[in-house]
Amino acid sequence: MAQKSFRQALNEALHHEMRRDPNVIVLGEDVAGGSGASGQKDAWGGAFGVTKGLLGAFGPARVRDTPITESAFVGAAAGAAMTGLRPVAEIMFVDFLGVCFDQIFNQAAKFRYMFGGKAVTPLVIRATYGAGTRSASQHSQALYPIFTHVPGLKVVIPSSPYDAKGLLIQAIRDNDPVIFLENKVLYDTVGEVPDGAYTVPFGEAHIVREGGDATIVALGRMVHFAREAAEILAAEGIDCTVLDPRTTSPLDEDTLLEMAEETGRVVIVDEANPRCGMAADISSIIAEKAFGALKAPIMKVTAPHTPVPYAPNLEAAYIPDAKRIADAVRKAVAFKRS
Amino acid sequence: MSDRIQAITMPKWGMTMTEGKLAGWLAGEGADIAAGQEIMEVETEKITNVVESQAPGRLRKIVVSEGATAPVGALLAVLAAEDVSDSDVEAFIASYADRAGSAAADADDAPKARIVQAGAHRFKVLSLGSGGVPAVLIHGFGGDGGTWLFNQDTLAQNRLVHVIDLPAHGDSEPTVPSGKVADIAGAVLELFAALDIEKAHLIGHSLGGAVALAIAQASPQRVQSLSLIAPAGIGSEISALYIDGFLAAERRKPMKEVLSLLFADPQGMNAEMVENVLRFKRLDGVPEALAAIVSHLMADGKQVIDLRAVLDGKIPALVIWGEADQIIPANQSDGLPAGIDVARLAGAGHMPMMEEAAQVNRLVTAHLGKAEG
Repeated sequence: MAQKSFRQALNEALHHEMRRDPNVIVLGEDVAGGSGASGQKDAWGGAFGVTKGLLGAFGPARVRDTPITESAFVGAAAGAAMTGLRPVAEIMFVDFLGVCFDQIFNQAAKFRYMFGGKAVTPLVIRATYGAGTRSASQHSQALYPIFTHVPGLKVVIPSSPYDAKGLLIQAIRDNDPVIFLENKVLYDTVGEVPDGAYTVPFGEAHIVREGGDATIVALGRMVHFAREAAEILAAEGIDCTVLDPRTTSPLDEDTLLEMAEETGRVVIVDEANPRCGMAADISSIIAEKAFGALKAPIMKVTAPHTPVPYAPNLEAAYIPDAKRIADAVRKAVAFKRS
Repeated sequence: MSDRIQAITMPKWGMTMTEGKLAGWLAGEGADIAAGQEIMEVETEKITNVVESQAPGRLRKIVVSEGATAPVGALLAVLAAEDVSDSDVEAFIASYADRAGSAAADADDAPKARIVQAGAHRFKVLSLGSGGVPAVLIHGFGGDGGTWLFNQDTLAQNRLVHVIDLPAHGDSEPTVPSGKVADIAGAVLELFAALDIEKAHLIGHSLGGAVALAIAQASPQRVQSLSLIAPAGIGSEISALYIDGFLAAERRKPMKEVLSLLFADPQGMNAEMVENVLRFKRLDGVPEALAAIVSHLMADGKQVIDLRAVLDGKIPALVIWGEADQIIPANQSDGLPAGIDVARLAGAGHMPMMEEAAQVNRLVTAHLGKAEG
């Protein structure tokens, strides 16, 4: 099977769905590139090159550059979704969604409910998230817990090129608003991706690796660190399961609880800040529903409760890594009830 | 090198395997090993299986200890006759170490699967070996060429062996919209032309067995021999629980339950196996293609294709069945005409070529040899 980058996998997903369904449109800043200027059209393909080639294939009516006004074009996308289009709006950084909270929280997420199920909102909002690119505190946050908190939104965080393509196709075919978050450090990672279209369902965790001693739960880029930690630990004789929920809403509670019960030790890795984050949320579910199976306290490996620092050494210290994950697993394995 | 000293090496199961973990030694140093005796358990990212010794001898030295990982082809242990000196054994090990570097280079030269255009069809084909009458391995319903992970290498030791993905399976495109077995067989015959195959040994599993029978029915002159493993098409009973469950399962848990019916001991299954089947089923067009095949294969929970008469003894045929098969019962091999070889394997379910790989390899190798007379 062909090896493709995370970026290429997303680009293929957009091509497949735009070919399949003329109602799928793409809008955002520089998704075509060159609009309103004398520059070359399709020069950019979005700030991260994900939409490259769509303008040529599908034309300016379906690939629309917008002004730098996230509140306006996210609101327009939500309204367009209600008319029967299937818009995919691209936001450069999830950090900028703050100016669109009313459009997302109060409008898109509520339409289905406030119109008695008669309106659907097949809207996808793609945005990058995550630290590690020296982009400082306003371009580096992992804000998925905020969207996970709001009923009516689905939240997707792919960790591999395979999942990126299948989850984006699923997101576009889904009739509810989906917040689709791409860790910008992963764009050039490579993996096996089928050439054809396929879906990855929401609410089904991926068992990345199986081991009986502990379960490491991780999302997005953290899955790679969790795997790395599991390799280090395997050499020490500690076998870990690595579980990637893939979507935080809906969340695959069944598999989380099954793995917690099988291994009795759980370490949750979260690039988000610790308060009200996914690590806190998942640990509360396991503590409530699988308490009897636990052999050790649930361990959380998260970013600290600070903005993302700009200084490279501090930013590196901010992001959870394989060493911290392995340490947490060792601590769980060594735990003895007194 | 004297054949009084034999190397036990890391096997290669499928094209993506580059290394394996020695999960356990099933015999200790000093033990006398018979040919065909289970000697070790090897684990890869995809699968765990026992490996049998090809040759008899005393297990003189274990080179790779339990829990360690070694590249494909690496020396794991040495078998030698009792009277071979320790220094000769050590010299053998040293000579192997010198060759270790070349194994890595071989990995890049490993044969790669290709897409072969055959009329309207595009088949994924992985070809190994050379010479002899070629063999074509045809997997079952919902499977792919990976079915023959433990078999292709061994069978390719003295002939060209093609592993194919049937249309709408694995990496082959869904080019047989009718889903009829006869049409699938026709597509495979077009592939014969594209691969310049005059005549082949057909080795088919389950639905692939029915496809092999349909090819033999349509063009008996193209078939040197048949090796049918738990074939469809020669009896009426089939597990609707499995077939309907496979079509319906969209998530890991139900799919795991369905797939566990394939094996006498489902412990050998892992999450990746389930994930790979789900990935296949989630491709656009696949559920429809699978449903079309089933619509011609079964009605009211019974098989409706009857190719049993093809087994009339004119084409040499071997039928292998696992006694614990929960998909198609092994007793469908009862009452076949004289001259059809039947082997029933006690330890296997519906997947004997994986569950009892070494036995199946021996049986098929002997059968192909005999059929070439």
